[in-house]
Amino acid sequence: MTLPSTRASRPGLQAVNDFVVKFANVNGSGSASANELFAKAILRMGVPVSPRNIFPSNIQGLPTWYEVRVNERGWLGRRGGVDLMVAMNPQTWDADVAEIEPGGYLFYDSTRPLPPSKFREDVAVIGMPITELCNAAYGDARQRQLFKNIIYVGALAELLGIDGAVLETLLGEQYRSKPKLIDANREALRMGRDYAREHLRQPFGLRVRRADNVGDRIFIDGNSAAALGCVYGGATVCAWYPITPSSSLAEAFQKYCARYRVDKASGRNLYAVVQAEDEIASIGMVIGAGWNGARAFTATSGPGISLMTEFIGLAYFAEIPATIIDVQRGGPSTGMPTRTQQADILACAYASHGDTKHVLLFPEDPHECFEFAAQALDLADRLQTPIFLMSDLDIGMNQRLCAPFAWDDTRAYDRGKVMTREELEAGKPFGRYLDVDGDGIPYRTYPGTHPTRGSFFTRGTTRDAYARYSEKGADYVDNMQRLLRKFETAKTLVPPPLLRRASRPTALGAIFFGSTSPAMAEAIDALEGAGVHLDTLRIRAFPFADSVAEFIAAHERVFVVEQNRDGQLRSLLVNEFGIDPARLVPILHYDGTPITARFIARAIGEQAGTRAPAAPAAAEAHVP
Amino acid sequence: MTYIAKPGLHHPTLPKNALCYTRRDYEGKVSTLCAGCGHDSISAAIIQACWELAIEPHRLAKLSGIGCSSKTPDYFLGNSHGFNTVHGRMPSVLTGANLANRELLYLGVSGDGDSASIGIGQFVHAIRRGVNMVYIVENNGVYGLTKGQFSATADQGSVSKRGVVNTDNPIDMVGLALQLGASFVARSFSGDKQQLVPLIKAAIAHRGAAFIDVISPCVAFNNHAGSTKSYDYVREHNEAVNRLDVISAREAIGVDYAEGELAEVRQHDGSVLRLRKLHADYDPGDRIAAMNYVHAHQVRGEIVTGLLYLDPDPHDLHEHLNTVATPFNALGAEALCPGAATLEQINASLR
Repeated sequence: MTLPSTRASRPGLQAVNDFVVKFANVNGSGSASANELFAKAILRMGVPVSPRNIFPSNIQGLPTWYEVRVNERGWLGRRGGVDLMVAMNPQTWDADVAEIEPGGYLFYDSTRPLPPSKFREDVAVIGMPITELCNAAYGDARQRQLFKNIIYVGALAELLGIDGAVLETLLGEQYRSKPKLIDANREALRMGRDYAREHLRQPFGLRVRRADNVGDRIFIDGNSAAALGCVYGGATVCAWYPITPSSSLAEAFQKYCARYRVDKASGRNLYAVVQAEDEIASIGMVIGAGWNGARAFTATSGPGISLMTEFIGLAYFAEIPATIIDVQRGGPSTGMPTRTQQADILACAYASHGDTKHVLLFPEDPHECFEFAAQALDLADRLQTPIFLMSDLDIGMNQRLCAPFAWDDTRAYDRGKVMTREELEAGKPFGRYLDVDGDGIPYRTYPGTHPTRGSFFTRGTTRDAYARYSEKGADYVDNMQRLLRKFETAKTLVPPPLLRRASRPTALGAIFFGSTSPAMAEAIDALEGAGVHLDTLRIRAFPFADSVAEFIAAHERVFVVEQNRDGQLRSLLVNEFGIDPARLVPILHYDGTPITARFIARAIGEQAGTRAPAAPAAAEAHVP
Repeated sequence: MTYIAKPGLHHPTLPKNALCYTRRDYEGKVSTLCAGCGHDSISAAIIQACWELAIEPHRLAKLSGIGCSSKTPDYFLGNSHGFNTVHGRMPSVLTGANLANRELLYLGVSGDGDSASIGIGQFVHAIRRGVNMVYIVENNGVYGLTKGQFSATADQGSVSKRGVVNTDNPIDMVGLALQLGASFVARSFSGDKQQLVPLIKAAIAHRGAAFIDVISPCVAFNNHAGSTKSYDYVREHNEAVNRLDVISAREAIGVDYAEGELAEVRQHDGSVLRLRKLHADYDPGDRIAAMNYVHAHQVRGEIVTGLLYLDPDPHDLHEHLNTVATPFNALGAEALCPGAATLEQINASLR
């Protein structure tokens, strides 16, 4: 070691329960579980955290990052900037070091000497000879690699004041079924803590202090939450094709079903999961199952949606329930598969050939992934049409602190308008595409219901209200008009937008949706602090409620904050409401990383023509 | 083309099956295909087979893709639900439908363009999954509805109506089905009702992926000299390896047979397949031998027909997935929803 283990050249940042730690690792080195342990320990101390994986399309070797926002106030979005960089990957060293806030900290493996030019004067450096320690303690190469991660977690815990007992409890929970690993991991943890206590005694300004700000909230990723929502919502068929970032959703459904959906008497499954040959077959199976009266869903991402579009049009026109969960990622298809975006909005809203419009739901977090997944299954049956749950990688693949799941045992599944054998027997008239109730939703029958009544031939081509083949223009137009009425009905059934008024009357408004939510909340707070007041509306579904148009009409200028290049939600608003585009100011973030509070605050601040806050107040507070 | 209903009047002396249905009760709309189309003969064979087996029409779901063949489900079993899906994608829709309700019979009707070109992927995967279905390909070697382009089953060297010679190798659907593990594989000819009807009956009685390739000449675009899918060509080159009688479980077995070697196979539903061997060297119980036999004869320009392979003890997708006996579409929240108390436990495990 040529460099001293610590060389803080300037006073470091001082912050308690409010900072950002970023781990820079090599993919496949076993860092993920150690980093998660770190985040969970802080959470168990009652301090809200929001971790985010920024990972490559790779199994081993490429750079991967894990960013942990620690924030006692509960801001769960990305703030922007890094206060403590745990730089474990030589490949990305320069960029990682450059990202640290002035006055921040750099923690690194000092086993191999690095020239002074590799460091920054305004960043405090904490070197720990991790490889050397591991090589001394372990003979096995894989152990040397894996325990490196636990050792740095132990050292960081000591530096930050994370309760060692909490970490040990978590290890016990994690390796409940493998007790041997508990002891080995605890040993490595202690090795890191002991080293830090004895050798890393320097001024270190970041602290974790016990708090009580987590409450009864749960910590889960959106894909697991949506999968659980599908279990609770009564999905029996899941057909899917592996695609990042949605694969873990189907796998979670399988896991939950194995636990909660096995018939006790027979030992047989109350579900079917089929890994299809492609996304076309996935949606085909979902449509077949929906046509035949089972609740079915698929999980996919943008490229999968592209492949499904012919079938989506068929389901729209033939009016077949289907639930499609789109965990959005960076486009195009082979571009940024492991990065997040909200860039499939238009592709899904108008998916397929011909005149089509689809119902979209926009969850903001895992809690809403659960709620909306269960609701999507109801809506699909009620509206007899595809329903899209528009999640994204940021929500889907990151664990997020959110309100606990809730279920009312008196809640019945809404199976929609299905004519029964008894009704048919009693002579109730049946026309598959008749608008009996004036809401645009016709009655259907399941195959096999009645020997002589209620059967029909399902087609993508034109038919009359009795499902008889027709090439008459009038039949086609009638049907298309009815489908529009049905879309109007959908407006009344989907989750309404949520309005938040500024502390004083304002002519400025902001519209946002989905995973932008936590960063938006923090940005609005920071803007208020800087004197910029905005009313906000979080859109939770398409078709848009009339109140969305009213909100826009009530403000001189409305910022539309999105994570895509083209302002897709804005286009949808302009198109559906016929709004003057000049009224809607796009605020767009699309580099593949989750949007930050700083970005939103700065962009809106500049546009609003007032002093732009350099950073949200929470972030500024601890800059010396 | 508009919709034409058939008159509902039935002749009082029409014979009735065990359910007191006449053959007319298994018919559909008037066909809109060309006069003499092989597909209409197949529809008639389906109607005959279902009537003879006394299938409740509404307990069968008929699904198809796109093309002339895929239009036909509208022309039979008018009291069955039908689904004309998208081009080449019937197998996935049928698979999903089958998962939703395992109690119905599923009949997939497709063509050579639908199943051997655009939909070959779905055909392949539905067969290898062992979906319990009857999958009929009405194989005429051309795209009829778009007026006579070659399909992927057209033989190399065969000549189109416009005089173009096909240079591509053909896809043999029977060979594929055998290789992919279909537990019932047959080939027939739309012009041979005596052979086709029992094959369809046996396929319906089969619990597993049953595939029938039916050569079905296209009178408009592929029935000329130089075609290998014309009526004349198929009649001249048809090599039937066996003849089949299907005796359903409810019938007494006591049919008299002419001379010849007989083999009996009992299927899961209790039906008995009585096979009269026409070629002493053909064994429909041997998948590998069947593949060799079919291909050796194909090279000689012969079309081997009959029951080509049968696994009397097949397994289907529901068995692989270990699903409950109750159809999924009959399960309610009480069976499917783990409930609020369980959700509280899940919440607790996430803190």
